[in-house]
Amino acid sequence: MVYPTTFRYTKDDEWVDVKGELGTVGLTHEAQCRLGDIVYLELPAMGAKLEAGKPLGVVESVKAVFEIFSPVSGEVVEVNLQLKDAPEKVNSDPHGAGWLIKVRLKNPTETEALMDAAAYEAYATSPERETAH
Amino acid sequence: MADSTTGKLRQTPLNAIHRALGAKMVDFGGWDMPVEYPSTGGLVAEHRAVRRGVGLFDVSHMGDIRIHGRRTPGAALAAVEHITMNQAARLEIGQAQYSAMLYPEGTFVDDVIVHRLGQDDFLLVINAGTRDKDINWVQENTQDFDCVVEDLSDSYTQLAIQGPRAADLIQELTYANLSKITNYWFTHSRVCGLENILLARTGYTGEDGFEIYIPSDKQTSEEVWALVMSAGREFEIRPCGLGARNTLRLEAKLSLYGHEISNTINVWEADLGRFCRMEKGDFIGRGALERAKADRVARKLVGLEMIERGIARDGYRCLDQAGEAIGVITSGSPSPTLGKNIALAFVPPGLATLGTVIYVEIRAQKAQARVVPTPFYKRARTAETKSSAK
Repeated sequence: MVYPTTFRYTKDDEWVDVKGELGTVGLTHEAQCRLGDIVYLELPAMGAKLEAGKPLGVVESVKAVFEIFSPVSGEVVEVNLQLKDAPEKVNSDPHGAGWLIKVRLKNPTETEALMDAAAYEAYATSPERETAH
Repeated sequence: MADSTTGKLRQTPLNAIHRALGAKMVDFGGWDMPVEYPSTGGLVAEHRAVRRGVGLFDVSHMGDIRIHGRRTPGAALAAVEHITMNQAARLEIGQAQYSAMLYPEGTFVDDVIVHRLGQDDFLLVINAGTRDKDINWVQENTQDFDCVVEDLSDSYTQLAIQGPRAADLIQELTYANLSKITNYWFTHSRVCGLENILLARTGYTGEDGFEIYIPSDKQTSEEVWALVMSAGREFEIRPCGLGARNTLRLEAKLSLYGHEISNTINVWEADLGRFCRMEKGDFIGRGALERAKADRVARKLVGLEMIERGIARDGYRCLDQAGEAIGVITSGSPSPTLGKNIALAFVPPGLATLGTVIYVEIRAQKAQARVVPTPFYKRARTAETKSSAK
């Protein structure tokens, strides 16, 4: 399975990896497949307050703009600055070097409502999602 | 990343091929079309293939209208002159021209490629999204002429083979002497073992290339696709989707209906006056264009290059220093060839001068952009492909 089993996933194709009170947030492999060549990311500033399910930023492929929704609530403590010059890392390594932000979680149990890897993979590859974008 | 539902989309005869290649499919004007082929590298790789090698596009969604004479000599020519702005009489048999059909207001029904098949026999290639509207328009406005209007849209599978190696590839599939077919000329020849195939040196990429019109049955369509792909292997051909088609045409500043041209944009505003022959005599839209020319054009189409970070997208507002809205982006994208973010926009003539700095509103932020020369990309022309189009 391409989806790390320790992560949690949203239906908007974001992932969060929770370690203690810190959550790392990124876009899934499925998201980068759907987007195609990623050329630009607009991410929140350090210290920004996020709310689960609300927009946290924007990702642009050559052909379009998409909103990124936060899988968690909390405060941004780190932003992946490497993506500024190399947004294509989200394509090449979405669950690793292509991470977006780290968040100090307001409520670490919040992620229990999200999908686990098996559920997400089933969702991502379901036929009714076939013709997105 | 919301999903769209497929609904009842029209399919080209090559739909199964696109799906087998794992193409990302989109609804384009009611057609289920490939936007890119991730399995062979995706949009940017497709774009580069066309600029450096060769790419293959399924453009069977385009429409085709044949207008030919009945008994009165010259009736079809007169009809074409009446409904299009360029001068079809200047075409020799075997030659094509870029043109447009206009409303009486001087705005666009659609842009078209007019091919002169015979002395009084023409083929108009039209856009997919405006097919039904165009065909009705042509039928209604040619009633006074002794000519036959045929909708051949479903008779052809149309393939575009585009790029600097397109001629080398096509030459392997036909006996036709391609050095005799210069830009915007065409012939009927044996192609891929099929007789009497319309083979035109036309395209929508700003690159040298050909378009072929083959019978639309599924088997023939799939066979020709496969033959082109295998002949193209040595040139590293890639199947190309509508995504690359859009970035290629934008770099070359080729208009897209609903963006740079529409039923609310006139010929002068769209900067297409060089394809409009006011001196040829009357045609639909001419009167309004005459009046509009006397007045000052309220807006001009310009090329923009982003100075600050950010990508101007279709529909974004253009602002002045003070933040007042002055215009709108018609098309915008990263340019794979230039490595810059480019756009086309309508702005007031006073702000259309090269080098003028304006602002694009991107998600409530102002981002600087500069007016630059267009086309953004222009290919080096060889003697062989030099245009003799009229």
